[in-house]
Amino acid sequence: MNIETKKFGAKIGEYGAFIALALLVVAMTIFADGFATGSNLLNLLRQAAFNGLIAFGMTLVILSDGIDLSVGSVFALSAIICAELMMSGLNAVLAVLIALAAGTVLGLISGFLVAKCRLQAFIATLITMTAYRGLAYIITDGRPISRLAESATSGAFFFKVLGKGNLLLFDTIRIPIPAIILVIAFLAVWFILTKTTFGRRIYATGSNAKCANLVGVDTAKVKIACYAICGFLAALAGLMMCSRLNSAQPTFGDGYELDAIAATALGGTSMSGGRGRITGTIAGVLIIAVLNNGLNIMDVSSYYQQVIKAVVILVAVLADRKR
Amino acid sequence: MQIEMRGIDKAFGSNKVLQNAGFELRDGEIHALMGENGAGKSTLMKILTGVYTRDAGTVTVDGKEVVYHNPQEAEKAGIVFIYQELNVLFDLTVEENLFMGKEITKGFGICDKKTMRSKAQEIMEKMGVHIPVNAVMSDLSVGQQQMVEICKALMVDAKVLIMDEPTAALTESETKVLFEVIESLKAKGVSIVYISHRMEEIFQLCDRITILRDGQYVGTRNISEITMDDVVQMMIGREIGERYPQRDVKIGEEVLRVEGLTHEKMFRDVNFSVRAGEVLGVSGLMGAGRTEIMQAIFGNLPLVSGKLFIEGKEVRIQNPRQAIAAGIGFITEDRKTEGLLLEKSSAENMEICNLNKISDKSVLSKKKGAGLVKKGIDEFRIKCFGPDHECSNLSGGNQQKVVLAKWIYTDPKILILDEPTRGVDIGAKKEIYNVINDMAARGVAVIMVSSELPEVLGMSDRIMVVHEGCVTGIINGKDADQAKVMTLATGGSLA
Repeated sequence: MNIETKKFGAKIGEYGAFIALALLVVAMTIFADGFATGSNLLNLLRQAAFNGLIAFGMTLVILSDGIDLSVGSVFALSAIICAELMMSGLNAVLAVLIALAAGTVLGLISGFLVAKCRLQAFIATLITMTAYRGLAYIITDGRPISRLAESATSGAFFFKVLGKGNLLLFDTIRIPIPAIILVIAFLAVWFILTKTTFGRRIYATGSNAKCANLVGVDTAKVKIACYAICGFLAALAGLMMCSRLNSAQPTFGDGYELDAIAATALGGTSMSGGRGRITGTIAGVLIIAVLNNGLNIMDVSSYYQQVIKAVVILVAVLADRKR
Repeated sequence: MQIEMRGIDKAFGSNKVLQNAGFELRDGEIHALMGENGAGKSTLMKILTGVYTRDAGTVTVDGKEVVYHNPQEAEKAGIVFIYQELNVLFDLTVEENLFMGKEITKGFGICDKKTMRSKAQEIMEKMGVHIPVNAVMSDLSVGQQQMVEICKALMVDAKVLIMDEPTAALTESETKVLFEVIESLKAKGVSIVYISHRMEEIFQLCDRITILRDGQYVGTRNISEITMDDVVQMMIGREIGERYPQRDVKIGEEVLRVEGLTHEKMFRDVNFSVRAGEVLGVSGLMGAGRTEIMQAIFGNLPLVSGKLFIEGKEVRIQNPRQAIAAGIGFITEDRKTEGLLLEKSSAENMEICNLNKISDKSVLSKKKGAGLVKKGIDEFRIKCFGPDHECSNLSGGNQQKVVLAKWIYTDPKILILDEPTRGVDIGAKKEIYNVINDMAARGVAVIMVSSELPEVLGMSDRIMVVHEGCVTGIINGKDADQAKVMTLATGGSLA
């Protein structure tokens, strides 16, 4: 391939994921009855929020030339920590905050293993993934913790709103709280990546850590921070799920790391770090959400759904590369 | 093999890289291709070997017009390009590299190791190089890796070998071996295109020389009928004047003093000091420990013992961040792997060193960033399509200017330059010397490590010579000559 086509490709590639998303939305509008209704689209946003939060964190980690396989386990373990605290009689607001802090620390540990112990990111987070999942089972003895809101001594309203609440606009439009959290998280990560020195340092670290270090970037700190943020966002997603289902289960979030990685890849972020945009990731997240939602409406069997999802991801990623 | 390229045009977007460029290669000659950075030498050769497509012009090989669509087609025709960044698989052995893609098998994809090994050995012997064929590539020196690349080219029966800056990373003895190999190839009728900035080498090795300037063909001459000054003038289109610009700077107070610097393996008991406005040249053979001493001062290499004083106060530097905070700037030897974020723009590279200058409370200011970058591009005359131009597409000299710019805007008190002009053409070299002089005039203490003796002699107020990890002498620039420096560099003493 020569240079001109590559450059042209890079230009289109920036929007490639959005083009794919638009095509998909058009297709679903035509083929899935009830897809293009206001309430369904808002519902779709709520569904997208869980993978979205995780994918934003994943994007940060991948940009810094890492990967985080432990997000699904962090998702579960944070939810369980929150649930246990609530069952023990703690104020639900406090329980949520402590669980978020715990998620951050869990991410921090992965980051520490990568940046300070110099384990390969894949191996380090495979280790934490296994360990955190194990802890989730140990704490709960393998059983779900249910009827959380009812058991809360105080702060139950806050806990319920987190995953189930809606913001009422003009008395008619009910915007799900998770969707609002998703938008806020998106804006925050977008701001970090494009407007702050920390964002620059993430790109520099992922692009060439050796060089970044020599120009005064504390690459270890940058990496650890990325994993910590990723842990925080995974925990936040886990708590939203916990609120929505009014229960916490050790099986929560199993395999969620794969959807997050898929969304990041769909968005055009380079798996070797240094290149990518959070706008791409949100497009990737929405592509996956539209597929899940549309196929459900069309009543496609969940076995087929997986294969169809795989094919769409393959086509999108290939098209992105060809152009 | 005879090659003729005529009227070659090539543009990347709106940037015309080649305009009516040409080149002609005869059977069995060594032909130098020279020009400033960005003159289009590599682009022209990449058009020949099918890496790029041409916009206009003809290429004829042995009288027949040809178009190669990719490097493999060119290779099949016998034209092989050995890039400056070697194209080797570092984790594999020499033999595996040699036969990559053309393994000899016993059928069913089972490798015939025995035959391959003996064939590899045969080729090595024919070339007169002694590299164990079962050695892993990453264990070899750059010079040896290059020899393997050349052997690989000969295995496909190359008739034309294009070499881009082959000696840039070689020691003197390795260069000598390379030249012997090139001469023997010439004797066998292989034509060689030799791209280099090193004038001495070209006059020693080549038969003819073609010069490009700003993407245009300037002329072809026999080496025996031309002087170095002529070549320089053809390259830049004007007289360059003094090769090492004069500097009239009053040397001030001591800025950096180093006492008893010792590393576990690389160097021991290093003592020296640099003053404000002074340029300290550091000379020595490859592997003497010069780079390591500088890396240690910059906090990138752990020390066993030793003290650093900056402006009279003892400082502890354990990582590059502390070094930068203490006012040290460090331009590393290898700009591709250490100096630059290659896949990032020149703007981002200049900004990453100066994040605190272009931000308020960690939030970037677009205006301040753009101002800094514009200043850098203008002041250093960086040739690029704009601030967003990816650094990997810049020429060596322009890449080096980006590195210089980013460090100089950190306002260092001490500037360490490790091989600042490696792989950089004469015009850009002089600009770099001017920058060094400017810095000295501003009162910066400059340390310049260089393997090019004339450069060290021409630029330094004092010269420190390192031999096997020890400082063997520090001599005044005025009293120094090649013989004295070489004596110290090889472990002798000046009695």
